[in-house]
Amino acid sequence: METQEANTKKVVVEKKPLEKVCIICAKGSLEDVYATLVMANGAVMEGIETNVFFTFFGLDGITKKQMNRLHTATTGNPAMRMPGGIPFPTMLGGLPGVETAVSGMMRKQMEELDMPPVDEFLEMITAGGGTIYACKLAIDMFKLEKKDLSDEVEDIITIGQFYELCDGDRTQIIFT
Amino acid sequence: MIKTFCKTQVEVKVSEDGYLEDMSQWNEEIAHEIAGELGIELTDKHFEVINYLREKTEAKEALTIRKVGKSGIVSIKELYQLFPKGPLKFSSKIAGIPKPTSCI
Repeated sequence: METQEANTKKVVVEKKPLEKVCIICAKGSLEDVYATLVMANGAVMEGIETNVFFTFFGLDGITKKQMNRLHTATTGNPAMRMPGGIPFPTMLGGLPGVETAVSGMMRKQMEELDMPPVDEFLEMITAGGGTIYACKLAIDMFKLEKKDLSDEVEDIITIGQFYELCDGDRTQIIFT
Repeated sequence: MIKTFCKTQVEVKVSEDGYLEDMSQWNEEIAHEIAGELGIELTDKHFEVINYLREKTEAKEALTIRKVGKSGIVSIKELYQLFPKGPLKFSSKIAGIPKPTSCI
């Protein structure tokens, strides 16, 4: 009887693959924006419907002026190390130009792994059918307009509209 | 795992999710059969991409959709149109090369 029960249970188990992801990017550092882009592009490549919502400082990731010159924080980042694994002194990170240099180095390393610059990454996501949105409240707060944003941005929407896009029982919202 | 392709009656070694384990066992008939299972009808353009993927795999180069997009054969958008919902996954499967390990 027990075996029979076990067998029945086995049969019942059904895979329920993810059908939609809605990713929110609220931070504007290099690593935060790339985390969003890699996850979004990865979802599109897996055939998962993908919506990306950029808000607050995350807007830098879709602002024409800023998107290809994002920085990684060299102060207040305990995981920051110099080549060779030597800890990166916080005081050094605060010197003028250090953050720019380190961020440039990070971008170069990413390029070596075939990670595209932000503008191209956004194009890759929309080429696969992913959709990119900007948050209305944050756009108003930073006094930005649609023309300041990447051409890949579909629309400026409210959080309510974003939630409407998140319908479906195999949908996940990811906050990076 | 051994899989027998009906039309060709060839036995090939495949991984659990259906990728050929030995790319030298691949031929166009097999490609058509795998594509059929994925609901894709292969055209010459598909084969251009497939051959590119096989060449790069033989040269032990890591594959990304970005690289395919820059190959001059197709744009990334066209790659998605040729292999809907699996630009790298499905194309690799049809090309008889291992499952892509790239995240991009």
